[in-house]
Amino acid sequence: MAKLVNRVEPDLVMQSYVVEATKGVALVTRQFLRNLFGRKDTVTVQYPEDRRPYPSRFRGKHLLTKRDDGQVRCVACMLCATACPANCIAIVAAEHADRDIEKFPTTFEIDLLKCIYCGFCEEACPCDAIRMDSGVHTLPTVTRRDQKAGKVNLLELAKISTASQGGEHRAHSHEGTQHGQGGHH
Amino acid sequence: MPLTGNVIADTVLWTLIKFVGFALVFVMGVATVLTWTERKYSAVLQNRIGPNRANLGTLRLGGLLHMIADPIKMLTKEDFTPDTPNPWMFRLAPWVAFVPALVVFSVIPFGPGDQMVIANTELGILFIFAIASLNVYGAVMGAWASNNKWSLIGGLRISAQMISYEVAIGLTLCGVFMIYGSVDLQQIVVQQSDQTWAGLPAWGIVTQPIAFIYLACAIAENKRAPFDVAEAESELTAGYWTEFSSMAFALFALSEFIEIVLIGCLGAVLFLGGWHIPGVHGDSPLLVALQVGAFLFKVILLIWLQMTIRWTLPRFRYDQVMRLGWRILLPLALANLVGTGIVLTLLDRK
Repeated sequence: MAKLVNRVEPDLVMQSYVVEATKGVALVTRQFLRNLFGRKDTVTVQYPEDRRPYPSRFRGKHLLTKRDDGQVRCVACMLCATACPANCIAIVAAEHADRDIEKFPTTFEIDLLKCIYCGFCEEACPCDAIRMDSGVHTLPTVTRRDQKAGKVNLLELAKISTASQGGEHRAHSHEGTQHGQGGHH
Repeated sequence: MPLTGNVIADTVLWTLIKFVGFALVFVMGVATVLTWTERKYSAVLQNRIGPNRANLGTLRLGGLLHMIADPIKMLTKEDFTPDTPNPWMFRLAPWVAFVPALVVFSVIPFGPGDQMVIANTELGILFIFAIASLNVYGAVMGAWASNNKWSLIGGLRISAQMISYEVAIGLTLCGVFMIYGSVDLQQIVVQQSDQTWAGLPAWGIVTQPIAFIYLACAIAENKRAPFDVAEAESELTAGYWTEFSSMAFALFALSEFIEIVLIGCLGAVLFLGGWHIPGVHGDSPLLVALQVGAFLFKVILLIWLQMTIRWTLPRFRYDQVMRLGWRILLPLALANLVGTGIVLTLLDRK
């Protein structure tokens, strides 16, 4: 929506600066005194001590979720790595002992320096295996190497996911498994 | 009085005490505190909190310790010299900017009597003009020796700007000299303790109100915002001090703050009656102390005004700065000069 701005043609008084500057000084002084006694308008957050709550949809550092039994949920389908516009996810898949699960990642590495935190990976994931709802900022490190978050690192923030789509536990796996990772029906 | 060894020694000692007391303790002290005030004051009036992190344990003093932390930081930073054909000029530049700024305080009268000025000379304001204009050489030398295009443009701008405003400020103050018939600052203050019409003190601001555009000229002369086209962070990185780091940078910054105090002192002496308190006469030691206090108070008041203006007005563009100097302030100063002359002649004829 366009905002209508009332343009004032500066007259001679205004162009002489004196009156306008005096008005400005008065305004600034008023605000100064107002802030000196009370600080009603100050909105500064003293960052490391005080933190603002992040919105619930904030995309923070990635995490890998786990199954009920503690195994990684990821089935190394490569959808996240494919969807990633920054090309920062590197997965090496391996055969899983459980034939219903088929695959799991032996390495799952995200280069956090390349990542643009777009969230496409978590949207692409059919198993709710990768998420960005950790609410954690990626911390600075001394070397670039340390910014490559591996599987162990990503599982540190892990939550257990019991989402029904995909990686559901086998005990009640007879419904809603059309995209199931096991795919054994 | 014969100049025996004792008298000379006494004079030197007394001058030294005055220099330390006024130039080093007051001026440098205020300039140092200003490095903190500038940031804190601007923060408070812009709804921010400002520096508050420097501390001794739990002692924070509202960030006041930053003025101690800053020099420590500056001293431990790399003293960088760019790849320049004139390294000696580069090293000299901050001093050429800094020393004149401090030297001019020797002729500012901070109290009544011949003793209350570091160097009691009749040159007064002429000395200030002569020395203070050396300041521009520091900036230009630094700009040239930096071997950097930003610096060079900053240096060009600063020489143009300072020469322009030097003309305006000189002509402005001429009106004041015509009224008081002297360039001796102590003499000017004494004259201001008379009364004019309606019982008003004969302060410069009463007798020469238009000449108070001195303040605008002086702020421009000091090349601080809103006239900071020479430093111009948004266009020239940091203008003429782009390449300066460590204490060299600190000297430039400090000389700017010292000039704020100088503008305050000159403004107080020429326009606010110096150490004069209206309606008070006498020469008891207590009164003298009070008058020195009054002078320092006026100086602080003018410093506050400069600082508030700096944080109120947006920056001028380069061409606007030049237009303001040559097409508004200079004609105003000239008109004021002519007007003052006419009035003085008419008053004389009576």
